[in-house]
Amino acid sequence: MASSRGPQSPRSPHPSLSLASSQPYLSVSVTDPVKMGTGVQAYISYRVITKTNMPQYQGSEKIVIRRYSDFVWLYDRLFEKYKGIFIPPLPEKSAVEKFRFSAEFIEMRRRALDVFVNRIASHQELRQSEDLRTFLQVDEEVMERIRSYETGLFKKKPADLIQIFKDVQSKVSDVVLGKEKPVEESSEDYEKLKHYIFELENHLAEAQKQAYRLVKRHRELGSSLSDFGKAVKLLGACEGDNLGKAFSELGAKSEAVSLKLQKEAHELLMNFEEPLKDYVRAVQSIKATIAERAAAFKQQCELAETIKLKEINLDKLMLTRSDRVREAELEYKELKRESEEATERFEMIVRLMNEEIERFQEQKTLDMGIAFHEFAKGQARLATAVADAWRSLLPKLEACSTT
Amino acid sequence: MMGSANDGFEEAPLHSPREKSELHHDFNSVDRHPLSDPLLSPTSPNSNTHHPHDIDPPAYADVIFTPFDSSDINGSGSPLDTSSSSSPSHVFSPSNSSDYIKITVSNPQKEQEPSNSLVPGSNTFVTYLVTTRTNIPDFGGSEFSVRRRFRDIITLSGRLSESYRGFFIPPRPDKSVVESQVMQKQEFVEQRRVALEKYLRRLAAHPVIRKSEELKMFLQVQGKLPLLPTTDVASRMLDGAVKIPKQLLGDGPALAPHEAAQPAKAGRDLLRLFKELKQSVANDWGSAKPPVVEEDKEFLEKKDRMQELELQLSNASQQAEALVKAQQDMGETMGELGLAFIKLTKFENEEAMFNAQRVRAADMKNLATATVKASRFYRELNLHTVKHLDTLHEYLGLMMSVHGALADRSSALLTVQTLLSELSSLQSRSEKFEAATSKIFGGDKTRIRKLEELQETIKATEDAKNVAIRQYEWIKENNRNELERLDTERQADFLDMLKGFVVNQVGYAEKIANVWGKVAEETSNYARENS
Repeated sequence: MASSRGPQSPRSPHPSLSLASSQPYLSVSVTDPVKMGTGVQAYISYRVITKTNMPQYQGSEKIVIRRYSDFVWLYDRLFEKYKGIFIPPLPEKSAVEKFRFSAEFIEMRRRALDVFVNRIASHQELRQSEDLRTFLQVDEEVMERIRSYETGLFKKKPADLIQIFKDVQSKVSDVVLGKEKPVEESSEDYEKLKHYIFELENHLAEAQKQAYRLVKRHRELGSSLSDFGKAVKLLGACEGDNLGKAFSELGAKSEAVSLKLQKEAHELLMNFEEPLKDYVRAVQSIKATIAERAAAFKQQCELAETIKLKEINLDKLMLTRSDRVREAELEYKELKRESEEATERFEMIVRLMNEEIERFQEQKTLDMGIAFHEFAKGQARLATAVADAWRSLLPKLEACSTT
Repeated sequence: MMGSANDGFEEAPLHSPREKSELHHDFNSVDRHPLSDPLLSPTSPNSNTHHPHDIDPPAYADVIFTPFDSSDINGSGSPLDTSSSSSPSHVFSPSNSSDYIKITVSNPQKEQEPSNSLVPGSNTFVTYLVTTRTNIPDFGGSEFSVRRRFRDIITLSGRLSESYRGFFIPPRPDKSVVESQVMQKQEFVEQRRVALEKYLRRLAAHPVIRKSEELKMFLQVQGKLPLLPTTDVASRMLDGAVKIPKQLLGDGPALAPHEAAQPAKAGRDLLRLFKELKQSVANDWGSAKPPVVEEDKEFLEKKDRMQELELQLSNASQQAEALVKAQQDMGETMGELGLAFIKLTKFENEEAMFNAQRVRAADMKNLATATVKASRFYRELNLHTVKHLDTLHEYLGLMMSVHGALADRSSALLTVQTLLSELSSLQSRSEKFEAATSKIFGGDKTRIRKLEELQETIKATEDAKNVAIRQYEWIKENNRNELERLDTERQADFLDMLKGFVVNQVGYAEKIANVWGKVAEETSNYARENS
């Protein structure tokens, strides 16, 4: 079984797989990307393997075929149902056309999807989700039906989401400018958090951008060393004798070093740039949750306002002994109930967010620690290999000049 | 016709060693160059046998590189050498290291040509202070300075290429008229100063040219440098125009032999130019086999090799530039990455609400510091790389001189061929004339005079031919010696370059590995948790 699993990303949380243990475990692998279909309709499908001892699941192991849009469906469902929780982020929707099917892109996406599902599976609340169970167990065809049906119904219109984002952002700037808008939370701690999240995204995006450029620089340096090596070899060919030999040795060595650089560029992309990108996505996911919180708060406030008005109206009606009092009373009771629900929803979001943010900070310190370690290790490994390679050339050069 | 003309040639091959010394001796009387010069003396072993930084693994990192250490592997730069590169030892300092000439160009100043021009600011030009320090006795002084302008360099290089045909004369700096309009004046002047210094140093490094009168005059003679006749194109054109009718009629005075030996120059000797052109066309179209051809197989092979070398040098030089750029970019991006993390660190520390954030900030700071250090190392590495790989550019530039020297040989050969053709046609004319006049009794006075003049012309042309041959031989010898010198010096300089380049790469790779190794160590607790 182990052979059918793809390499696990170091970021994938994997609880220990002891079948005898009474601890509930749920472990998922996203593997074996396969290109399906042709032309514009082509897409990648993945094998999703679930191993679990949780009773809600049918059996201890299940394998299903899923595609990227299925993962998106899962994210959307969880985002709807678990407001206040930071839903693990998805890898980006689509890259530039020509990279969409490049081996590197496919591998990175597979890893990111693997991490995505496992984060859900390790989250106390999220792992209980019925939608998760659906995602991990139903057949391909059933999944497709569900996905296309519910996408239509439940997808939030982009316009709403954008508006909410705008509100949250303008609130931040209002605080900065000293204005206060009435329909927003005004807790100082929460303001601080919002400000932090928005700023963090900027800083992280910059770091990720530079990390990506660094990957490119490795590739460019590798490429130029390779070209240089070739040119030097040609120069050696027309020199001949000792000098020619020296040149050709240098050329060969240059090409060898070039390969090491290309290899490290790949490692850098996978183990340093991608975690940073993941971090950025996570922060963006938090922003979406912040928007949800703002929406819930707004709803609560609006209901409270409406109730006040309704109360005034009811009193008026009672005074005039109108025959609409009964009706008004019923409406008022209904509103009161809704208001309580809205308040409950809002307060739960607040509570969850507080837990989530602490967990998030700890998790990120861990994730970044690993990423930094890999980065440093990779760079040290590269530099050592480069030093060794060039050093081995020196006795040969010495020999060329003394003869 | 051909037979008689070839008399001097077919019997004795052009490059018999027996004849060589004779030729040299003869030529001495006409020519003003001391031929008992370093050309014939063996080149001393090159100076690459020892560099201060010996190969001793593993710690080049500790031994060599402090920031911007310019006392590089080639050992020819002083630590305070901030001006142009101090690379290939032979291009800049001759192999015989006991005597030296050190030239510095500095202190550019604007000067005005004394004129009665109504427009102020016209006729301004820049002069540079050329300072020479030397222990060579010929100079009669150990330190002296003159002021020169760019035009003087043009004059100097023109004179040298006339006097030192067949030698690999370092190419002079460009006039670059376009750049002077585009660049800032200061930048342009500085660029020019550097170029002039490089050029003069190269001249001083050439074993023959460093002892030339032209260079000496340039470095020492105060005041304006007198212009050569040949640069005064306009007046020569007029002279030539006056001479033409006489030359055409065969009446005019023949050119002095040594002038005849020089290739025809535009602006003078229009007729000669025409003749040589005719000859080269005849050569090309093979209408008649020229009396003398380039037979030296060795030379032709060398010529091909030089062409191939130039091609590969050009290619390698380009790739070297690309490599340098890639190293530079790497350093820069590393730096930017480090900066981004420093900002993140600051941010997390300022906004920390949880301890996890402070821990992360500390981790980031380590990473950022290391990244910035690595960035600095890449940039230093590159500075040194530039200096080493510059050797490629230098030799590429030298190939231009090789072209010139080989072209000198070709044009000298063409001159010989032209004179031979002329000689043979003059002689046949003379024979016909003689045959005609002998039929007339009493001897026409004018006819006799004409015959005498013809004989004089033939004699003069004969002399010129001999001079041209000697010149050709001399140039061939110069070519040969220079090619040898080039081979030896090139070997040494390139090996130095390779070693320097590699030692440099090793040293900095080790330093960079150290920096990252520490961070990997400091973050190793995360690795354990993960596995």
